[in-house]
Amino acid sequence: MSRVVSATFRDSLSVSLTVGAYGVAFGAAAVANGFSVIQSCFLSLLTFSGASQFAVVGVIGAGGTSISAIATASLLGLRNALYGVIMAPRLQVHGIKRAIAAHITIDESTGVALGQEVRGADQMRKGFWYTGIGVFIFWNLFTLAGALGAQAMGDIRAFGLDSAVPAAFLGLVWPRLKKNSDRALAVGCALFAIAMTPILPAGLPIIATAFIAIAVGLRK
Amino acid sequence: MNAYWIATIGTSVIAFLLKYSGHSVPEKWLSHPRIQRVNTLIPIALLSALVAVQSFSEKSALMIDQRLVGLCVAILALMLKAPFPVVVLSAALSSAAVYNWL
Repeated sequence: MSRVVSATFRDSLSVSLTVGAYGVAFGAAAVANGFSVIQSCFLSLLTFSGASQFAVVGVIGAGGTSISAIATASLLGLRNALYGVIMAPRLQVHGIKRAIAAHITIDESTGVALGQEVRGADQMRKGFWYTGIGVFIFWNLFTLAGALGAQAMGDIRAFGLDSAVPAAFLGLVWPRLKKNSDRALAVGCALFAIAMTPILPAGLPIIATAFIAIAVGLRK
Repeated sequence: MNAYWIATIGTSVIAFLLKYSGHSVPEKWLSHPRIQRVNTLIPIALLSALVAVQSFSEKSALMIDQRLVGLCVAILALMLKAPFPVVVLSAALSSAAVYNWL
């Protein structure tokens, strides 16, 4: 293995391990919100997109319908489509390989791939595959661990799991708040969702904020 | 089939279709700057709403309980640039402490 290859591999592995470990928080959150261990693992295996997965369990946990849960998760999954647009011309794969590439197209695999740009197109491809597969393996293992751990607890509030879920959402949104206008949107949407919670059916106050984001994005 | 399975399978199918469509549609369809901007704003809106609803509601009732403490500790941890697992863990521990001992 040349030095360049190992540098890409090292980047991929460290991202895979750290991000994969968040799977514990997801597995625990899913079970805390009423999902079974099998369902939690299915979400990690088949949805395989952290924010979308947290959204599904969050909306159902808040009493929302499966339709609102699916809608919220899918709106969050839209960005993976845009990552696909970026990656497709660089990967140049077809058939079953394209399906696999699509499945592992997430924040991290795209991010590491773009981070290898200075090392050349070949390293970008390697970064994408190493990271996508690495995160997939660790994310799923840690999801199982978290789900089993939460299942073993009785009252989840006694272990603070009811706070772990909003903290996880906060941890996911925080790095995205780069500009003051982002922060204003975040606070505005939080207040809007709280204000609408007693009025609208569960789940809708959350989905409605996506339309605020669309309106703001199109207007600028 | 209950709501949990419907949500699990429905989300997974759409998540894959979204990912696959990105690899298959012409680049110019999705590279418009407005679409890019909306794409960065949607996660901010939804995730912030989820933080709020998960912290201050129980079904459709608003309430303040130990989760407020967890949220404040999480904000503090993020301001101190703590890594994600530390943020989640410190929120859980502080919330559990309030729930068990106050």
